[in-house]
Amino acid sequence: MEYILNAWSWYISGPLIAVVMALLLYFGKTFGMSSNLRTMCSIMGAGKTTSFFKFNWKDQIWNLIVVLGAIIGGFIATQYLSNDSLTDLNPTTITELQNMGFENSGATLVPNEMYSMEALTSPKGLLLLVLGGLLVGFGTRYAGGCTSGHAITGLSSLQRPSLIAVIGFFIGGLIMTNFILPLIF
Amino acid sequence: MKYLKFLLVGIFFGIVLVKSEAVSWYRIYEMFRFQSFHMYGIIGTAIASGILFLQISKRGTIKSLKGADIFVPKKEKGFSRYIIGGTLFGFGWALIGACPGPMYILLGTGVYSMVIVIAAAILGTYIYGAIKDKLPH
Repeated sequence: MEYILNAWSWYISGPLIAVVMALLLYFGKTFGMSSNLRTMCSIMGAGKTTSFFKFNWKDQIWNLIVVLGAIIGGFIATQYLSNDSLTDLNPTTITELQNMGFENSGATLVPNEMYSMEALTSPKGLLLLVLGGLLVGFGTRYAGGCTSGHAITGLSSLQRPSLIAVIGFFIGGLIMTNFILPLIF
Repeated sequence: MKYLKFLLVGIFFGIVLVKSEAVSWYRIYEMFRFQSFHMYGIIGTAIASGILFLQISKRGTIKSLKGADIFVPKKEKGFSRYIIGGTLFGFGWALIGACPGPMYILLGTGVYSMVIVIAAAILGTYIYGAIKDKLPH
């Protein structure tokens, strides 16, 4: 039980993510979480004005069910399968974040400085979440996939476009973390 | 009933991503600062296992539930969309510390402000759809 309650090592977790991809392929579907965002646009009627959203979203219900499962999975994992152990971060990371004003690094999954209700009430806090969401939603559709679609499925099937996209993911991520985040905080 | 298997896969996915800490904002930060091998290990072993699975299934030994060949759709050819779109996605990924899967999973763990991120991501997707013909692909 202790093995389940503690954080899982990368060499267990990585192959288990591949199992998710394999199961969906076995069911005749593809692993890609960002397509749900497009489906939701379509459900809300975006197809009336934009042809990109004009498709039969009912064919995508299975993928929305995966999302629903993921939410439930997140709940189960935190409520029943976790102890209160901290994320085992590099001490350098913790010091760096402390200097930027982040307290209790690793005690939660996301920093309170960005996600707590107090952070939300400040214009800056709200803006950061909205901006981040916009970039993720816009970028992932522009690139035709996200981490699951390109990094896992695309690279596993040795596709060149996915390699280019993943290089893009890292260019953006490296610039944000190393140069922009220190300016924001 | 035909959706039950998808619900179970989703639950499994959510549990794995929480227990692996791949949904942790801090792990994403650490990855982009090259201060930990953890995320690289997860992504690397996921891809290695994925390649192994797809190579074996290519030989026809693994069929889908309906008996068809295991099939991964081909991505369109191109460069601009992948590098520009990918970079913009990377900005967002590193800022909020979550990509589309973890956004939902984190909501399940009780990070309710994630609703704002998800709503913004839907809006971002809509903006792409509205202006896509004007963008280089």
